Amino acid sequence: MLDTLINGIAWVLILSGSFFTVVGAIGILRFPDFWSRLHAASVSDSAGVILLLAGMCVYTGWGLITVKLIVIGLVLFVTGPTSTHAVANAALVSGLRPPEGKGLKGAEPEPLSNPTVDPTPI
Amino acid sequence: MRHHLILRVVTKLLVGSIILFAFYVQFHGDFSPGGGFQAGVIMAVAFILYGIVFGLGKAQAVFPPWVVHKMVALGVLIYAGTGVVSLLLGYGYLDYDAFAPHHPSHGQHYGILAVELGVGVTVTGVMVAVYYAFAARPARLSDEEW
Repeated sequence: MLDTLINGIAWVLILSGSFFTVVGAIGILRFPDFWSRLHAASVSDSAGVILLLAGMCVYTGWGLITVKLIVIGLVLFVTGPTSTHAVANAALVSGLRPPEGKGLKGAEPEPLSNPTVDPTPI
Repeated sequence: MRHHLILRVVTKLLVGSIILFAFYVQFHGDFSPGGGFQAGVIMAVAFILYGIVFGLGKAQAVFPPWVVHKMVALGVLIYAGTGVVSLLLGYGYLDYDAFAPHHPSHGQHYGILAVELGVGVTVTGVMVAVYYAFAARPARLSDEEW
């Protein structure tokens, strides 16, 4: 009974994680421009990976593997948004701007204090 | 406003744990997937990430090029030296039984650890040396300089 319950929870988590990942992949393919594609890739990936890892944790039970999965989750939780930030930052610095929609003004970046990027920061 | 603040903070968080993970892969290589090659690349990634975010000068202050170049040779020396030691002990070249004649399985264990250490040192050195070689190349010539 308990085994069935645990397996059920694990499968629900893993399948919903897969759903988020697949939706993110479709978003990368179908969205029109760079910024919305980046949004689809980053947000859904974070959610999908965390749900997948949580499902695997529930499935394996408590043990060394669970600790390793939690550490993997922490690393992905930190590095995923950071890499998204780096990509978005590079696009903004190199001049790519979100398109202006009807009645919406595209985001204007605040000017950098030093417009040329310092090649050797501190 | 300092540029790349988030990358700096996250890099400071990550570099230590990347090095720790490299040592885990290095010394767990005979129990689980991993070993010298993977650990060397992971260790080099820590230094390369540091160099990318903080600049080549900082990375070379931590890990000077002459150390890197010595490491490339040192790893091969450790690998070959393990074989020579087993030769001197009266066994074949790289015959790990020589290191614990009464417990051959322990001998295999020690021998693999020593050899993997050599591989890890060399791979770390080569990867960081390749990064230094590309990152430290002079700026491209402009048209007036021809």
